[in-house]
Amino acid sequence: MAPEVVLVTGVAGQLGGRLAATLTAEPGITRIIGVDTRRPRAALPDRVELVTGGTDLHDLLRTEDVDTVVHAAPRPAGHGDRDRDLVATMRLLAACQRAENVRKLVFRSTAEVYGASPTSPAVFTETDRSARGRAVELEGYVDGLARRRPDLTVTTVRLAELLGAGVHTAFANYLRLPVVPTALGFDARVQVLHPADAVAVLRRATTHDLPGVFNAGGDGVLLLSQAIRRAGRVALPVPRAAVPAAARLARAELSPGLSRLLSYGRVIDTTRLKTAFGYTPGWSTAAAFDDYLHERTGITSG
Amino acid sequence: MAEAQVIPLPRRETATRRVSPTGPSRPPTPLRPRRRPPGLRTFLRHRLTGDYPVDEFGFDPELTDTLLLPPLRAVYENWFRVTVTGTLPAGTGALVVANHSGTLPWDALMTAIAVHDHHPEGRHLRMLGADLVFRLPVVGNLARKSGQTLACGADAVRLLRAGETVGVWPEGFKGIGKSFHDRYRLQRFGRGGFATTALRAGVPIVPCSIVGAEEIYPKIGDLKPLATLLGLPYFPVTPLFPLLGPLGAIPLPTKWHIHFGEPVRTDLAPPDAADDQALVMDVAGGVRDTIQETLDHLVAGRTSIFR
Repeated sequence: MAPEVVLVTGVAGQLGGRLAATLTAEPGITRIIGVDTRRPRAALPDRVELVTGGTDLHDLLRTEDVDTVVHAAPRPAGHGDRDRDLVATMRLLAACQRAENVRKLVFRSTAEVYGASPTSPAVFTETDRSARGRAVELEGYVDGLARRRPDLTVTTVRLAELLGAGVHTAFANYLRLPVVPTALGFDARVQVLHPADAVAVLRRATTHDLPGVFNAGGDGVLLLSQAIRRAGRVALPVPRAAVPAAARLARAELSPGLSRLLSYGRVIDTTRLKTAFGYTPGWSTAAAFDDYLHERTGITSG
Repeated sequence: MAEAQVIPLPRRETATRRVSPTGPSRPPTPLRPRRRPPGLRTFLRHRLTGDYPVDEFGFDPELTDTLLLPPLRAVYENWFRVTVTGTLPAGTGALVVANHSGTLPWDALMTAIAVHDHHPEGRHLRMLGADLVFRLPVVGNLARKSGQTLACGADAVRLLRAGETVGVWPEGFKGIGKSFHDRYRLQRFGRGGFATTALRAGVPIVPCSIVGAEEIYPKIGDLKPLATLLGLPYFPVTPLFPLLGPLGAIPLPTKWHIHFGEPVRTDLAPPDAADDQALVMDVAGGVRDTIQETLDHLVAGRTSIFR
């Protein structure tokens, strides 16, 4: 079913904003409603109708006859208030459940649902999921909604860490440190996704009916030590438990999930994304990292 | 020489393209030509700029070939004087299953050299290690960089389907920590997980018998409380360790013999064979018996453990 009225959450964020902007180019979509708690810093195209602040989501979904909801708001851990994200998601999902005109939900999840540990497999497929963590909790709510609304098409995309020009995640900020504290004796495998690919994946999930869970990450892997070398930075190995504290001294916040990722590494299998979903990321991990570096060097030299 | 390397390649492709009974089919990984390790200057330049390839398991072939394998090969050639017999199948993934012993995993390291230097395509042995290995700083890091991964079905099947040669020691800590009294007596072979993995991936199992490793550290005692304190599976006492301290950690220069037995095919089994516990135990038991018989034969044929 082609979407006509699409509601996108998190339009003040980078991913939600760019998604809303690209959806304006979709011919079948008549209206795009952008929702966020704050106003976006960058201007959105005029066609995106912005709704901010405390609105009754259920009323909004019903009165505007929304058929497709894209929940792009959940941010990777290490950003803002943990409970606020959870509660906002619960409210949105509850509204979707009651509004029968909603036919499709696209949920932005993260590869963080897999966790990172020495007992994890080297490469995660969609059937794996860790037992705890905020990302797992959020996906649990989505599973609950899918059970109560079997007619709803639910697409969950688990995004790898975003990295590319203009990305300001905790991970990107960490790599910006002049001296990068790393876990002594560990060297994580890191896989990233370029924001352009992330937007393209969400767009395809919005315009096509592709129910299921899909991993999304760039091809290839960089070791953390390799990434730091490429960035021309210096690694400062400290005992594993001291990495978050050392990063905080340099004013970079690392969530527990991110600091585990930076010790044990994580790689996700994107076979289903390429076959069942039908999208092959254009940026490899190395290319996305280089894009991030070029932008950064551009800023420092100019 | 060049022709001898070209011939197996098409076979390898067909083997990896074969649709497997379980799981999605995976496109074949690009062939890795047998490369010479780069010169030291190139190597250092790559290290400084971070310009080297790493696979999804964290395997760094350049580091392995340039820094890790040469010293091990010196030990292999001069200290243990390893003799290798038998062959490894080319053009397909293969699961090498071997007896484990020796307190410290020298047998695994030497088998890695034996596979790399005797495999028709010069493949690296991708070993499956206990999670203890990946918990330890430095050790876990080196294990990943040299191509090892966690002993779990998902990782093993993924490597085998990509056409890699995977090594596994099903005796685990029971085998490597066995006492001198039990040498060349195979311990329990886990729950036959290696057979399930091979059946799932449809690759041959190569029974590998290692003679010589079981005498490098004659373990005559085990300080259990100290092992518990350090979180280790055992704390060995040998005639020289811990008596001589670090010197006691030098292995005895026994003469080694590694034999790669006749591959056991698993691709002819029915599609759901991996879930058939009776078949899995049969395959695992058969491989175990082959290794035990070969060990008995090779040990009986020795004149001295040092020659």
